[in-house]
Amino acid sequence: MNNLIKGEKHDWEMVIGLEIHAQVKSNSKLFSSSSTKFGSSPNSQVSLVDAAMPGMLPVINKYCVEQAVKTGVGLNAKINNYSVFDRKNYFYADLPQGYQISQYKYPIVGEGKVTIDFKDGTSKDIRIVRLHLEQDAGKSLHDQNPSKTYVDLNRSGVALMEIVSEPDIRTPDEAGMYISKIRSILMYLDTCDGNMQEGSLRADVNISVRKPGDGYGTRCEIKNLNSIKFIKQAISYEAKRQIEILESGGAIEQNTMLFNTSTGKTRPMRNKEEAHDYRYFPDPDLLPLEISEEEIVKIKSSIPELPDELKNRFIETYKLSNYDASVLTAEKKTSDYFNESINSDPELKNHAKLVVNWITSELFSLLNKNNFDLTNSPVSPENLGQLVKLISTNEISGKIAKDVLDDMFSTGKTAREIVDEKGLKQVTNEEEIEIVIMEVIKDNPKMVQEFLEGKDKLLGFFVGQAMKKTKGKANPKILNEILLKKLNK
Amino acid sequence: MPKSSLKQTLKDLETKKISIRELNQDYLKRIKEKENLNVFIHFNEENVLKQIDNLEKDNSAKKLKGIPIAIKDLFCTKSMPTTAASKILENFNPTYESFVTQKLLDEGSIFVGKTNLDEFAMGSATSTSFFGNTINPLSKDNEPLAPGGSSGGSAAAVAADLCLGATGTDTGGSIRQPASFCGVVGIKPTYGLCSRWGIAAFASSLDQAGIFSHNVEDASILLQSIAGFDQRDSTSAKVDIPNYFENLDVDLNGKTVGIPKEYSIDGTPMEISQIWEDAIKVLEKKGVKIKNISLPHTKYALPTYYIIAPAEASSNLARYDGVKYGFRSNEIDSLDEMYENTRAQGFGREVKRRILIGTYVLSAGYYDAYYLKAQKVRKLIADDFNKAFKECDFIVTPTAPSAAFPLNEKQNDPIKMYLNDVFTVPASLAGLPGISIPFGEDKNNLPLGIQILGKHFDEQQVFNAALSLERSYE
Repeated sequence: MNNLIKGEKHDWEMVIGLEIHAQVKSNSKLFSSSSTKFGSSPNSQVSLVDAAMPGMLPVINKYCVEQAVKTGVGLNAKINNYSVFDRKNYFYADLPQGYQISQYKYPIVGEGKVTIDFKDGTSKDIRIVRLHLEQDAGKSLHDQNPSKTYVDLNRSGVALMEIVSEPDIRTPDEAGMYISKIRSILMYLDTCDGNMQEGSLRADVNISVRKPGDGYGTRCEIKNLNSIKFIKQAISYEAKRQIEILESGGAIEQNTMLFNTSTGKTRPMRNKEEAHDYRYFPDPDLLPLEISEEEIVKIKSSIPELPDELKNRFIETYKLSNYDASVLTAEKKTSDYFNESINSDPELKNHAKLVVNWITSELFSLLNKNNFDLTNSPVSPENLGQLVKLISTNEISGKIAKDVLDDMFSTGKTAREIVDEKGLKQVTNEEEIEIVIMEVIKDNPKMVQEFLEGKDKLLGFFVGQAMKKTKGKANPKILNEILLKKLNK
Repeated sequence: MPKSSLKQTLKDLETKKISIRELNQDYLKRIKEKENLNVFIHFNEENVLKQIDNLEKDNSAKKLKGIPIAIKDLFCTKSMPTTAASKILENFNPTYESFVTQKLLDEGSIFVGKTNLDEFAMGSATSTSFFGNTINPLSKDNEPLAPGGSSGGSAAAVAADLCLGATGTDTGGSIRQPASFCGVVGIKPTYGLCSRWGIAAFASSLDQAGIFSHNVEDASILLQSIAGFDQRDSTSAKVDIPNYFENLDVDLNGKTVGIPKEYSIDGTPMEISQIWEDAIKVLEKKGVKIKNISLPHTKYALPTYYIIAPAEASSNLARYDGVKYGFRSNEIDSLDEMYENTRAQGFGREVKRRILIGTYVLSAGYYDAYYLKAQKVRKLIADDFNKAFKECDFIVTPTAPSAAFPLNEKQNDPIKMYLNDVFTVPASLAGLPGISIPFGEDKNNLPLGIQILGKHFDEQQVFNAALSLERSYE
């Protein structure tokens, strides 16, 4: 695969690494018992600790630690028995302590890797450097008042996992696939809700460009991107910007950039000289975090089947392609739906590909069009299974099945109910079809003449007429055969 | 007038020789008489009377029922403002009660007021307080003396008999040194014995709550009341707390005392060396084996302390930013200006000095040379003690290198001021328990203190040795 982009003078390669911030799924915050519920009224979920009142002390939420360990296992990473919480010191209005509790030298999770799958069946490993736990800051609201900034501390102290990748990513698409894969793993593990709109998952992107074969170039970091679309856009824009500078003889400044989602452009936020000195040091209010092997084993045993394992199982059991299986397992709700659907009837096992297609193309497009989602789909997995079964046993044609699915979607009825009520069962009786065909031939003598004179295209016209008469129920294969036979007589 | 002890007062209350009201009115009277000492940042007679009313209605038995206690104004209290002696918290009213003060309230004690201290406990003379100096009650008329610090208000409150006990905090000597200066007993227990929850932090890895009292027995009763595990403080220790008072034992026969040679420092006044020798002689007479020990890294303790404590303080005090509570400057045109002016106007000189030192030693490029090295030395200092305690049961040293000095001395020389902590800082770095008891006087009849250090969580041994020395001195 060619991952290079053309410049004016020669080809360039992008070198990309991601720092993903994933909010730990937990009812309470990392160091306090306040709720983490999203969308509550401002400052309604703030404990004395979150507000950094004098004399207040952090106490680690063990559940968040377990969630981080779980995630580490899911990322095929080394779990560190010993890790340390550090203070990252800086002033900002929505950072009540004046420091963020994070992990610096000794993160809870070390090196790991995740695999991304391409459409052409190939795949690639992206290495993970580390995962560490840290607190989120509050939120500064600048748009509520012309001269004042308001601060909402509901988010202050919420647990985040920062997942840092090696610079193994080479294209915007790979970046998108990587973050999708991480999101998928986290959601399978139930350690993050994966909601990018609500900010539960966001990423900082480090990007540089180089001539193929050269060492790393100077990188820039684009901060706080909260959608896969923006990540790809930002990378594309930033790479182009860097290439233009380099090709015109300039040098890249190591800057921290912001991405403007409406213009699609990046702009510098601060340069290297303005970079903060965070004065990291171990938080003296907290003891080092020690996790025993037994605890790790216990957590490991609680881990559900992960997307890659599930993918391999699907490939093996249902003879699906690598790509189909990876689409099915990209999101837990999809694989759950598929599982329930295919297991609703023993016969369906032999028509797995059909089940996949009806889920990932027909059902998905209906759901999308109507702003639904698999979790609230009006068509249950069993009902979809039933529909596929009707197709696989030739009771209805694929074309009719689309209409049936539409009906199922809007009425909530089963496929069987709709087929029976509307008499949509496919006509496979040859005599019945023959009668219809003879009628069509009789009604259109001129067309028949033209067809016989060599206008082959008219075959479609006759098929259409016959289908119309049977309300689409005629088995297309049988219809075609008889039609040709009769016309050529 | 002889000061009555906590122990005796508890008996008098029990036998109804005196009522809670009579007792406290006596203390209230003295507090008002001694206003010139500037012992209290917050004193409100109404509040005290209200507490008496409430206790009179309360029929349950409580260990410290009606006992007047003074609280260092670093402990957050619901019923009284909490300032840390800083302008930046001038009008701060906590909605919560610190672990230590809650324990004292649960035992039925009466809080007579919040005592003065060095701003955020940074100082050795109670001279950096935004609310002015506290005057040592032992001062002669012509020359006001410093009560020591940072818990100078609490030490002075006990010395002037304005309460039967007081809380303090000790980071590098802030209980023991003022106890020595004011001629009272002051104990800093093992790091982790008393929860830090609700104490405005100075240096988290060193801060520890403790007690001032008239005598060792009283200290043992009061420490018992404030010790204990607290899950809200991750550095709080899960240890059994013995009944210190019941277990007091003056028989030291067969015990070994360690005498560290590194505590003989050039320039230490003769009188100090003398009381140290006297104490050793007393112990010897009681059948205690004298063991000369070495704590070789002692000389690095002070510089180590003055890296670690400011480093932690620079981060701990970042929360005082004018955003959420406390003082905020009026001169604000930007976020940066709010920080700069609020902190420039809200903090005093010594606090700013330590924030600057702490920020410097944690900075990129300096961290390894200062903070990291200091942490390594701290470990060596702790190892010195661990080794020494294999050969002895407790250690005896002087508490401070001088008696109380005049208020105006050393104000402009921070290094001289920092030297006050030379004997107390090593045990703080090692997290060990230490007590200071009055033991002798200098040529001006000012009290001098002897310090007894013990093993981790061996407060009982510290109390026993202290009681034994106290009895021999009396």
